Amino acid sequence: MKAIRTIGIAAAATLAAGVANAQISDDVVRIGVLSDMSSLYADIGGPGSVAAARMAVEDSGIEKNGIKVEVIGADHQNKPDVGASVARQWYDVEKVDVILDTPNSAVALAVNQVTREKNKVFINSGAASSDLTGKQCSPNTVHWTYDTWMLANGTGSAIVKTGGDTWFFLTSDYAFGHALERDTEAVVVKNGGKVLGKVRHPLNTQDFSSFLLQAQASKAKIIGLANAGGDTINSIKQAAEFGIVQAGQNLAGLLVFLSDVHSLGLKTAQGLILTESWYWDLNDQTRAFAKKFAPKNGGKYPTMVQAGVYAGTLHYLKAVQALKSDTDGSKVVAKMKETPTDDPLFGKGTIRQDGRKVHPAYLFEVKKPNESKGPYDYYKVRATIPADQAFRPVDQGQCSLVKG
Amino acid sequence: MFELLGIPPQALFGQLLLGLINGAFYALLSLGLAVIFGLLNIINFAHGAQYMMGAFVAWMLLNYLNVGYWWALLLAPIVVGITGVIIERTMLKHLYKLDHLYGLLLTFGLALIIEGLFRNYYGSSGQPYQIPAELTGGRNLGFMFLPNYRAWIVVSSLAICLVTWYVIERTKLGSYLRAATENATLVRAFGVNVPRMITLTYGFGVGLAALAGVLAAPVQNVSPQMGSSLIIIVFAVVVIGGMGSIMGSILTGFGLGVIEGLTKVFYPEASNTVIFIIMAIVLLIKPAGLFGRAT
Repeated sequence: MKAIRTIGIAAAATLAAGVANAQISDDVVRIGVLSDMSSLYADIGGPGSVAAARMAVEDSGIEKNGIKVEVIGADHQNKPDVGASVARQWYDVEKVDVILDTPNSAVALAVNQVTREKNKVFINSGAASSDLTGKQCSPNTVHWTYDTWMLANGTGSAIVKTGGDTWFFLTSDYAFGHALERDTEAVVVKNGGKVLGKVRHPLNTQDFSSFLLQAQASKAKIIGLANAGGDTINSIKQAAEFGIVQAGQNLAGLLVFLSDVHSLGLKTAQGLILTESWYWDLNDQTRAFAKKFAPKNGGKYPTMVQAGVYAGTLHYLKAVQALKSDTDGSKVVAKMKETPTDDPLFGKGTIRQDGRKVHPAYLFEVKKPNESKGPYDYYKVRATIPADQAFRPVDQGQCSLVKG
Repeated sequence: MFELLGIPPQALFGQLLLGLINGAFYALLSLGLAVIFGLLNIINFAHGAQYMMGAFVAWMLLNYLNVGYWWALLLAPIVVGITGVIIERTMLKHLYKLDHLYGLLLTFGLALIIEGLFRNYYGSSGQPYQIPAELTGGRNLGFMFLPNYRAWIVVSSLAICLVTWYVIERTKLGSYLRAATENATLVRAFGVNVPRMITLTYGFGVGLAALAGVLAAPVQNVSPQMGSSLIIIVFAVVVIGGMGSIMGSILTGFGLGVIEGLTKVFYPEASNTVIFIIMAIVLLIKPAGLFGRAT
C-alpha cells in the first residue's frame, strides 16, 4: 500500500513538473560556462565566472517558479579546437542550452560558429574581438561586456585629446593583438594623432626590455600596450624598472583587468589609464555584489568579465521565463534583444540587432598607493563614456543581421 | 653617424647589453640543469616549477613573515632545495638504473602537479613583488638607461656560475662528484658516501633554480606558469651547449641571450623561435652540442 502511494506521488509530481515545463528541453535549463580554467585568463573569467553564473541563477528566483537550472563549467585551454569540441559535446550529448563567458577571441569565434549551427545561445563576456558583432555576427550570439572597438575608442581618444598624440605600439603577435592595434591606430589617427612605430612580440614573452628600449628610442609620447594578461603585466613592470614613465613617456594599457592591476601592485601600476565597462566600486549595488561574490571566489573581487557573466545569465533566464521555453536558441536571443536589459550591475541597457549589449564604458585611472583604502580599491573614474558612444555604431560593423 | 642595417649603434649596444642580461638568466638556469644531468643523469623537467617556487617562496616570505629580498635570496633556495632533497630521497633515487625517459616523465609529472597546486591556491594572474630599495633607479650609460637591478642580475649570476664551475671542475669535492658519476662503486670503495653526495647535488641544482626565481621575482610576473614558458628555452640552451657540460651551458646561456636580443631588433616576431632554429642546426651538425663530448 505504502509503495503504491509513493509511486502515485512520484507520478503526480512528474506530471506536474511536466506540465509546468512543457517547453523546457528535458526539464532543465543547462548553463555551460566555457572558460580558461587553468591558464593566463583563469582569474579574469574561469572558476569565478562559474560562481557568478550560479549567483545569477539564485538571484533570478527562477527555480521558485518551477524551472530547474543547472550550471556546469569546462576548460577550453585557450585552444579553438578544444573549445569547439566541448561546445559540440555539450549541445549534443549533455543537453546544454546556453554557453557563457569564453575569453580568448579565437575560441569565442569557434564557439560562435558551433552555436549558430546547433541553434543554441552564446552569451560572450570574456572575449575581445569586435568581429563577434561585426563580420561574424550571429542570430544566436550576444556579446555582453566589452570589445576591441570599445577599448580602443575609450583609451585611445581620451589620451589623444589630452595631448598624447604620438604613439608606439607593443603588440601581441596574434589575431587579438592585431585587431586591438588596428582599432586603436584608427582612433589615434582620426583624432589627429600619429603612430611613430610598432613592434610585434610573441605571445607569452618573459622579457620586454628590448622592445621597451625600441619604444623609448622612438620618442613617442605614448606607448600603447596592445597585449593582455601576463604580457601586459611584464611590460608594465619592466617599463617601471627602465624608468620609462619618469623619462616622460606614458603607458596606455589597452586591455587591463582588475586582476592584472592586483598582480602589479599599485606602486607599479599607479597612473595607468585604462577602459573597462564595469568596476565593483561604482555604486551600492555593484559593491553589494562584490561583497557577496568575493567569498565564493577565494577572496578575489569580480572582474568586469565575471560581472558580465552574471548579468548575461540573469537576462537570459528572464527571456526563458517569458517564453516559457529554451528550445529555440535564436528565438531566445530575439526575446533578449526585444526586452530592455535591467540588472543590478550594468543598470538599464539594450541589446542591439547585431548582438552587441550596450552600456556605458568608463575611463579609469589607477590610484596611487596612498589613495587606496585597501585591497582592490584600485580605480578612480576619469570619464564616463555614454552608452551610445561607447560601442561601434551599429551600421559600421558589416553585420549581416543589420538591415541597412 | 654610421648605421648598421638601419639600426643606430647606440640601440645596438643597448640591445647587446640586454641580451647579456637575459643570457645571465639562461646561464643560471641551464647551469642547474647541467649539474643535475651531468652528475645524476636525470633530465630535470621540474626545473621550471622549482624556479617558480623560488619566486613564490620569496613572495611568501615577504607577505607572511615580512622577510625582505636579501634574506629571501638566501632562504628561498634553501627551502626549495630541501623540497628537492625530499623528492630525490623518496622518488628519484629509484630511477637511476632505468632509462633517462623515466626520470624525465617523473619530473615532468611533478612539475605539472606543483604548478597546479600553486594555481589552485594563488590563482593564475600573479603576485606583486617590488625591487629592493637599494637597487631601484639606474644609471645612464650614454647609449641606454641601465637599471641597477639589471646590473645586479648580471654580476650576481656571473659570480654564481663561475663559483659553481670552479667547485665542480677544480676542487677536491668536485673531483669526487665527477668520479662518482664515472664509477660510483669504485668511489664508494674509497669510503665516500656517494648516495648522500648525489642527494645534495640534486638539492643544490634545485636551489640554483630557486635562486634564479628570486632574482626574477622583481622584474617578472610572479605567477604559477612563469617557469613553464622559460624551461623549454633553457632546455634548448642546455642541448646546444652539450648536455652535462658546465662551462658549455654557461657560455651558451650568455651567447644565446645576445643572439635573442639582436633578433628582437631585426625581426621581433621570431625572437621566441630563434633559439630553436639554432638548436636544430647545432643538432644536425654536432649532435653532442657545442661543448659536449660525444660518447
